[in-house]
Amino acid sequence: MKLAVVTAGLSQPSSSRLLADRLASATASALGPTSVSVLELRDIALDVTKNLLTGFPSPALRSAIETVTGADGLIAVTPVFAAGYSGLFKSFFDVLDVDALEGKPVLLGATGGTERHSLVLDYQLRPLFGYLRAVPVATGVYAASSDWGSGEASGALQRRIERAARELAGAMAGQTASPSAGGFVPFEQLLAGAGD
Amino acid sequence: MQFGIFTVGDVTTDPTNGTTPSEYERIKAMVRIALKAEEAGLDVFATGEHHNPPFVPSSPTTMLGYIAARTSKLILSTSTTLITTNDPVKIAEDFAMLQHLADGRVDLMMGRGNTGPVYPWFGQDIRQGIPLAIENYHLLHRLWREDVVDWSGKFRTPLQGFTSTPRPLDGVPPFVWHGSIRSPEIAEQAAYYGDGFFANHIFWPKEHFQALIGLYRERYEHYGHGSADQAIVGLGGQAFIRPRSQDAWNEFRPYFDNAPVYGHGPSLEEFTEQTPLTVGSPQEVIDKTLTFREHFGDYQRQLFLLDHAGLPLKTVLEQLDLLGEQVIPVLRKELDALRPAGVPEAPTHESLKAARDAALV
Repeated sequence: MKLAVVTAGLSQPSSSRLLADRLASATASALGPTSVSVLELRDIALDVTKNLLTGFPSPALRSAIETVTGADGLIAVTPVFAAGYSGLFKSFFDVLDVDALEGKPVLLGATGGTERHSLVLDYQLRPLFGYLRAVPVATGVYAASSDWGSGEASGALQRRIERAARELAGAMAGQTASPSAGGFVPFEQLLAGAGD
Repeated sequence: MQFGIFTVGDVTTDPTNGTTPSEYERIKAMVRIALKAEEAGLDVFATGEHHNPPFVPSSPTTMLGYIAARTSKLILSTSTTLITTNDPVKIAEDFAMLQHLADGRVDLMMGRGNTGPVYPWFGQDIRQGIPLAIENYHLLHRLWREDVVDWSGKFRTPLQGFTSTPRPLDGVPPFVWHGSIRSPEIAEQAAYYGDGFFANHIFWPKEHFQALIGLYRERYEHYGHGSADQAIVGLGGQAFIRPRSQDAWNEFRPYFDNAPVYGHGPSLEEFTEQTPLTVGSPQEVIDKTLTFREHFGDYQRQLFLLDHAGLPLKTVLEQLDLLGEQVIPVLRKELDALRPAGVPEAPTHESLKAARDAALV
């Protein structure tokens, strides 16, 4: 199984990357042998912007997109900036073809300084991936600074990570439908709707 | 092999001196560029059709008719004619008229335009882009081939016993190309009718167009017009040429950096690496253009974009001299030598007329 991980954290170290790694590791444990590819969007941020301006991806961005579209499942983690997903995170998904993630199981993650933004998963990320016709698993994982502390809080985070990872692994293992190819329509069919 | 230029007709400020041509100056410059194309030994001049600033060419057959009167060999074409928002009856008449005036030196390229808002300006619905292109072209195709047409469709009033005038010159309709940047339906449409397919090619990596041209070739064969390698393919290209490569880079860079389409994005180095744009000496343009054949197979028409991003008229005319004197003669020779015997030239009025007459015998 191939698992792609996209994280939009910008700092080093980044708590989004930390969450992404934990989600990836828990998913891989649940799945068995898994090839995990982690994409730090920071590394291709300029390429994403250039794609917005020119309409086509650079070789580096194309390779990143192929990693994501070719995976059996995706973990997508964004930091919360100004009450929403980061602009870089959104821009990366803006440059994908609209059907690039069709049917793909996705685990949604977000990080922030405070718990108050935790619904960003359900109010922002879930509709985005719904639009892209991806299949987000039921549990999303939001980690605030307080969740990274020791004790009860981090135990709760770990339980959410494991639950979400089990859901993603289950969706990846049970996935049968492959994305539709092309959208090619023979001309007789196109012409059937035209005048005569 | 046909070589030519295609123009968008943009009015763009020259970033090196801040001057902006008036519409009058830009329109006259486009005409001057077309006349120069003939002088420089090019085969084709194609103009875009746009109905919003900063573009000036809203009335292609008016401009091409004027150019026809002042040239004798140049093939006049479009890049593209909006098959979605122009009434197909008016396209049939305008281009047949132009055909007569230009002694047959006319073909045209169908397209859907580059801006959504154009649909309501001409009373059409943007959500119907592909169905409009299919139905309108089907009617246009009949209007040029049947003297009396009864027709009804979804997008315009029915026709009863209608004859579009003038009839095509010698009874031979203008050859049609279909241009598309991303729609397999248009490649399929071109294949169905045995028309040409033109891949704009510029501004995008080649992989993007290989799939479309591959589909067109395969379906051209499927519909029985010939083998896949006999399908009629045209490609765009973009070049800035100076005798010395470094001069070309230095002079073009500010235009590139500020260009409306790709400016303020990738570097000139990245863009020349990733797209067909060539900046350099005549030999570099020759070398890059020869790779197009390797990527897309033997093809029939190569059009270059030379006059955009605010480049001054004088510079564009110098580009045409370099293209005509040092690039195209070499490309013509090389590509003709490489082309297998069974691969046809691009159809012209004369060749279509000869083929029609041969079929009647």
